[in-house]
This record gives sequence, C-alpha cells and structure tokens, in this order.
Amino acid sequence: MSDHEYTPKSNFGKWFNDRLPLLTLANHLTDYPTPKNLNYWWTFGGILTFCLVTQIVTGLVLAMHYIAHADMAFDSVEHIMRDVNYGWLIRYIHANGASMFFLAVYIHIFRSLFYGSYKAPREIIWIIGIIIYLLMMAAAFMGYVLPWGQMSFWGATVITNLFSAIPLVGEGIVTWLWGGYSVDNPTLTRFFTLHYLIPFLILGLVVLHIWALHVPGNNNPIGIDVKKPSKDTVPFHPYIVIKDAFALLMFMIVFAFFVFYTPNILGHADNYIEANPLVTPAHIVPEWYLLPFYAILRSVPDKLMGVIAMLSAIFILAALPWLDTSKIRSAVFRPLYRQFYWILVADVLILGYVGAMPAEGLYLLIARVATAYYFLHFLVILPILGFKERTLPVPLSITEPVLGGSSNLAAARDDSRLEKLK
Amino acid sequence: MKKFLKLFFYIFFLIPFLPQVYAAEKVEYLTTDWSFKGLFGKFDRSALQRGYHVYTEVCSSCHSMKYLSYRNLAQEGGPEFTEAEAKAIAASFEVTDGPNSDGEMFTRPGKLSDKFVMPYENVKAAQAANGGAYPPDMSVLVKARGGGVDYIYSLLQGYEDPPPGVTLDDGVYYNKYMYGNKIKMANQLSDGLIEYSDGTKATVEQMSKDVTTFLMWAAEPHLESRHKMGFKAIVYLIILTILVYFSMKRIWSRIETKV
Repeated sequence: MSDHEYTPKSNFGKWFNDRLPLLTLANHLTDYPTPKNLNYWWTFGGILTFCLVTQIVTGLVLAMHYIAHADMAFDSVEHIMRDVNYGWLIRYIHANGASMFFLAVYIHIFRSLFYGSYKAPREIIWIIGIIIYLLMMAAAFMGYVLPWGQMSFWGATVITNLFSAIPLVGEGIVTWLWGGYSVDNPTLTRFFTLHYLIPFLILGLVVLHIWALHVPGNNNPIGIDVKKPSKDTVPFHPYIVIKDAFALLMFMIVFAFFVFYTPNILGHADNYIEANPLVTPAHIVPEWYLLPFYAILRSVPDKLMGVIAMLSAIFILAALPWLDTSKIRSAVFRPLYRQFYWILVADVLILGYVGAMPAEGLYLLIARVATAYYFLHFLVILPILGFKERTLPVPLSITEPVLGGSSNLAAARDDSRLEKLK
Repeated sequence: MKKFLKLFFYIFFLIPFLPQVYAAEKVEYLTTDWSFKGLFGKFDRSALQRGYHVYTEVCSSCHSMKYLSYRNLAQEGGPEFTEAEAKAIAASFEVTDGPNSDGEMFTRPGKLSDKFVMPYENVKAAQAANGGAYPPDMSVLVKARGGGVDYIYSLLQGYEDPPPGVTLDDGVYYNKYMYGNKIKMANQLSDGLIEYSDGTKATVEQMSKDVTTFLMWAAEPHLESRHKMGFKAIVYLIILTILVYFSMKRIWSRIETKV
C-alpha cells in the first residue's frame, strides 16, 4: 500500500508493530498520497463516515429506551421525546440523520458518475459502494417502521407485499417475512433486530470500501492516473483532513438547521398517528430518498415487472463500469457525456417528484417517460457514447495544465476548463 | 469553493418547498402570528394557560391527551403554572388507582405524576358515544396533520352551512378545512363560551389560537429548549467553520494551491 517502509521510533512501538502493525496502518493513513486537485465533491466520503457513526451512536442510545412491541413502540417513542433527558435531540438527530446520510450518499454517487470514478481500476470500490447503498435503503426502510405510526405500518405492508409478485412462492415468502398473516408484532421485532444489525454490516463494508480505495488511490477531477507520491499529490494529513473537516462543518450547519428548526419537515405527518391496520392512509408515500425508485415501481402496470424494473434500476448501477465504454474518466473531457449526465440528474429528480404524487394522469405519463429514459441512459446512451464521442485532449499530469508546455496546452489554457480543474 | 457554497445555498432555498411536495391537495389555511415560530420562537405563557383552560372546558370531554401528565403543566417551557396550581389542577380530577390490598380498584384525587385523565374507558366506548367516530388523542395532533397548527386553527373556525347540493347525514357537519369537508365533530366554539380568568375576551378566534398554541406545546414540549440550543449550536458551528477555513487556507498555502 504505502510506498515506503515505516519503522516506529520507540522500542515499544517497534515491538508492538512487529506483532500487530497498527502503527504502519496509522502511518499509511496519514501519509496516504492524495491528488492535490480534489474539489469539494470529494469531501463527502468523510461526511458519510460521520453520518454512519452519528447514526450508530444515536441509534444505540435510542435502542436503550425504545420498546419493539406493536402495543408499546409508539408510546415508547413518545416517552423518548418527552421524558428521556435530551431524548428529543437524540431522536431528531437520528431521524434527520437518515435524510442527511442519503443526501450525502446521493452527492457522493453523482460525483462518481460525473468524474468516472467507477471505471477501472476502481470497479470493486464502486460495487462495494452499491452494496452499501442497498443496505442503507434496507436499514432506512426498517428504521422508518419502528415508530409504528401509520406510514410505518402501511409502508411496511406495501414494500413487503412486493415479494408476493414472485410467481409460485411469492405468497409464502411474504408470510415468512411477516412472521404471520399480516404486518404485526413479529414483523416489528425482526425489523428492529435487522435495523440494529445492518449498520454494523455497513461499517464493515465501509472498511473494505476504503481499503479498496487505498489500493489504486483516489480518482480526481481530471480523471488521470497520478504518480504517487509526486508533485501531483499531497499527504492525507493535514491537507485533506483539514479540508474534509471544513466541509463537514458546513454540512453540520445544514444538519443542525434541520434538527433544531424543522425536525419534522422531511417526515410524513401520518407517522404521528399510531398504526391502525383498519385505516389506510389516503396516500402511502415512502421517505423522500426512496421516491425515484417508488416512481419506477409504480410506472410499470404489471406488479412483477414493476418490482423487476425497480430492482434493475439499482442493480444496473453495479454493471456501470462495463456499460460505460469510454476510456476517458472525467466528464470534464467528455462534452457529450457531460450533457447526458445533467439530463440524468434532472431525470432522477423528476422521478423523485412524481414518486411523491398520486400515480395517475399526467404524473403517471411523466413517470413512464422518465423511467424509460433512466434505462435508456445506462443501457443505450452510455455504451454507444464511448465509441462515438469525440473527447477533448487530456493533460498528462495534474500540475501540467498550470505549468504548461505540453501538446495539450490548448486544453489547459481553456479558461472554463481550467476553472474546473481547480 | 464557490460551487460548494452554491450547493448549500440551494439546499437552504429548497427547505420551504419540501412540505409542498408531500401535500397533494392544497388548501389555503388561516394563520396567525404564532409566537413559537422562527429562530427564537417561544410559547406565549398566558396563551398556553388560556389554551389549557379551553382544552379542559371544551375539548377534554371527548379528546384524550394520553402522553401528558399533570406535572408537565408546571414544567419549564410549558404553561408554567406554579407547582401549587398544577397540584390543585391534578387534585380536581378523580383518578382510578389500585388494586389495593383487598384487590379492589379505588378512586383518589389526582397527583402531579398522574397522566391526564381519559374521557373514555377505551376506543370502543369513545366511538359509541360519538356516533362511531373516534375523537383522536390530542397529544401529538398538530404533528399528525398536514397543515399543522394552521390546519387546527382553521378547522376550529371553518364551520359553515353546507353549499347547496351537499346533503349531510345526522351528526355530520360541514367544515371547509376538513379533508372531504365532512366532520363528525359539531362546532364547539362560540363567542363568550368560556370566561378567561385573565380577562381576555373569549372570541372564537382567540380561543382557537389559544388552544392550538396549547396543542403545539403538548406535541413539542421541548420546543423552547430546542430553539435555544439550536441557536447556540449553529453559532458555535459557524465560528468553528470560519476558524477551520482560515487554518485550511494557511495549511494549503504551503503548496500554493487554491482551496
């Protein structure tokens, strides 16, 4: 990993490090050569680690007071909100923390899409990332069920019922998932167990994600391979650490604003009504971060096909390193891809919007067009674009566009692009 | 850097629009100058006390508030009755306790630690007494309705004669803010219905405002400390962010690259 051998200074350090090379690891992490042109979109990895730790810590405290029982869950949440010291703070951080986590992960994913971070040699990092994203969705969905409000109950009913679309064994699987013939106490207790487990699985995968990242090193805004260590890199500490800290603090200001001033804005009012199996809410909507996939699910008239479409929309991302045939990583040098990229961003936002609307009339039509385009982007546009697109010349090193004197000088001097390189 | 700041600006800009994404049907609700909104929002103490008055005199005969205890009435950030007043309020209710050593249930005057006494034994009894409709528990009611305080405030004042063509069954009333316009609760408020001890004129508007403020507190009893702590936390974060920004500038200046 690190290019140079590390020997601790003290005798105890040497003795310890020979037996468990923790100090070598620490040294690797501080010295880790990082491209010096990383922009602020690269700070979201650190922000996401913060989010995960925040969720685990607040979640542990909540679990000490929460009661996973259909008759007591709602009451115990109100107990946390009213009588537990700073329980309201812990719960609001945890509830809004989930939204902040997804906000950060979407920025992180779309950063990868823009700068081609998923391409060779970083496919494994990307695939681990997709698995983490899937687990996050599972954890968030189950977490939303725990307060046992109306949206919890009916959200759980709708989502688990999706499995009934599987031919032959579907109904059996749903009964097995529920632990009975409807969403009830057994469902709640198992969701609580899994909700407690998944974050630690994510933590393990995050270690692998970072490990896999430290093999080839970071991608960077101009998407070229960087010699390490060299003039193009800076040691992780203090340069990247301080930059990540600055970005994290900015992020925490937004986070704090939600927690302290609009803690319920991202949730649905119906979830403050205790779950009632006899009353169905007028509109059952998932949390905002799942809306694009919900829109895809509903845009297909057939239930089974809808489920397949929704799942493919996520799994297609795992195949992205091979669907994108372009050799150039960064969209900075791919004028056409750049445009399609922004269309995709708009497409996903539109899907999110129609996902919150009733599935009828114009909304349904828009959802269908947007779903079709989503798949078109990954399955048709990206593979063809790699062969057809005329990319711009790529600089040979990060410092080169600044120092000049290469055949790519024209590209380097282009002011607009230079701005981006910084 | 610029782009990064822009992103944060956009996020802040989007916040006010978020609830509208969820609100499928849009109704213009009445609103008023809520004292608890905004960065420094606090409850109007006397409005909370008057609101409690309205709740006990009017609402509590049908609506429970199962998550509130009488001690909450004396709690900081709430109506802040004195402890003696809260004790007197609690003692004015008969609470069923037991079983005693003979195995019998008995009644005694309420204590501060008791939960608000429920108007009905159970949901079925509540439904039977109200033409099949269950009067919802009011503890978190403002958080459980799309329009929040504005919705409750409007609903209380939204009773009117049904427009021509709309026929109402027995025990169903027309309310222009109710979802579907049909409500099983009759209009409860009328001018001068109760007499406020502080001399405030008990108009329908005044009572609606007071009781809604009370319900907001009931749903968010720690709202005041949340706002106070939030302001401190954000100021602290902003100062720290500025300090870290300058440290970052300084550290990066060693390698002469813009950050």
